[in-house]
Amino acid sequence: MINLRIDTRASDVAVSPSENGQSDVILMTRNLNFWYGNTLVLENIDCDIGPREVTAIIGPSGCGKSTYLRCFNRMNELIPTARIAGSVVFRNRDIYDRSVDPVEVRRQVGMVFQKPNPFPKSIYDNVAYGPRVNGYKGDMDEAVETSLKRAALWDEVKDDLKKSGLALSGGQQQRLCIARALAVQPDVLLMDEPCSALDPIATTRIEDLIRELREQLTIIIVTHNMQQAARISDRTAFFTVAESGAGILVEFNETQKLFTTPADERTEAYITGRFG
Amino acid sequence: MSPREEYVGQLQHVHDELLLIGSMVEKAIKRSVESLRTRDVELAQRIVDEDDEIDDRYLALEELCIDIIARQQPMASDLRALITGMQVGSELERMGDYAEGIAKISIRMGDEPPLKPLIDIPRMADISIGMLRDSLTALNERDDALARRVWHTDDEVDQLNDQVYRELLTYMFEDPRNIQRATWLTWVAHNLERIGDRATNIAERVIYLTTGQTPAPDERWPDVGDPTPQDSGGPPTNGSMPA
Repeated sequence: MINLRIDTRASDVAVSPSENGQSDVILMTRNLNFWYGNTLVLENIDCDIGPREVTAIIGPSGCGKSTYLRCFNRMNELIPTARIAGSVVFRNRDIYDRSVDPVEVRRQVGMVFQKPNPFPKSIYDNVAYGPRVNGYKGDMDEAVETSLKRAALWDEVKDDLKKSGLALSGGQQQRLCIARALAVQPDVLLMDEPCSALDPIATTRIEDLIRELREQLTIIIVTHNMQQAARISDRTAFFTVAESGAGILVEFNETQKLFTTPADERTEAYITGRFG
Repeated sequence: MSPREEYVGQLQHVHDELLLIGSMVEKAIKRSVESLRTRDVELAQRIVDEDDEIDDRYLALEELCIDIIARQQPMASDLRALITGMQVGSELERMGDYAEGIAKISIRMGDEPPLKPLIDIPRMADISIGMLRDSLTALNERDDALARRVWHTDDEVDQLNDQVYRELLTYMFEDPRNIQRATWLTWVAHNLERIGDRATNIAERVIYLTTGQTPAPDERWPDVGDPTPQDSGGPPTNGSMPA
């Protein structure tokens, strides 16, 4: 069921290319408002995401950070009563434009969730799933191997690709999900608390992986773990809940600055634990 | 219970401890010059003995800062306060050593007749102590304007140090028997000059604490014209006189 309604268009929003001809913004939102039913959960979010950077989104529970993340690949429209206004521009194009196919958006903007959710299939089939449904005609074995290598899982599973994905450890399952997302060669990877169900060692592997993938991909990660945001991201967005109850973007800054010299006192209060 | 009450209490303790060590160092500097001026060997020995407490307090402070960083993962102004705390603590500990160095010179001079009436050295001490006090006030009140003023005061201490050094050289030229006592006094002046430098370091840290930026060298010395190295004059640079 799709109840999503677009209130405004962003055809007038232009992304200025940098001097080398490449845009320094791959994704941006302008005046983004989001409702569940009559409840405003995101209010006027303007944000520019740079390519091949890790952007972390932090903030207290209920500030809308996961909702915001899902706006980037139209996952929210799977939720009944959801409504969006404003624009989400990906490579100069509003992804909520009627001419845009949400399936194509989700191919380019992949997602990894909080809890590892491999299909009840073999490791191989988990990774091959995306390329198959997208009609991939190349060498599937090679595609699977490449994706598993990019997800730093290949060495651990290469001898047993027929094993069920569900038989792997939690950390391996999460890397399998990352491999599955990478198999369709997205430009952007959205990660919604990808380590919250993992132990510290598995978390470190995922964090290392995020740093490696950053060379090729744009990553946006929602995390409750501020130290994780500080460790892995280039920029950090701090969201909070306004008095109205809606989520607002308080500060979007270089991670180093945000965690040492935040510009807004609300950010300072949150990251130093004086919040509330 | 307010959020992170224990943590906030620990941060406050770091701050209080810094100010306490600062006041102990201030007292040590003041009394070291006093012992020199009044030839009070007993007072000088007390300063030497009491420096151990400054050292111990500094080490405990550093340990506490490390513990807070490891266990509480401080961020933003808290992180800056702890980094500043460790650095300022270290500066204060060295200043305490300089005071101890002066006290040791005082002991070594013992009953020898004074070379000359002490005029510029007590002035240097007054200015250096004022700089220390201002830098600690700036720290306490997070006043970066006051911290910047401390920088400029340092020029006066440097000039007095040069003046004392030139004057003592003339005593040495006049009579080689003066060399020992004149050398001792150059060490005293040098220690006071270094105390002024360390106060400017504290002031710099305060600016980092309040603004998040470490001042650039040209911001600190807008009229750099004198390339004289700060340690010119040859006295030992370790703060204390040689054993």
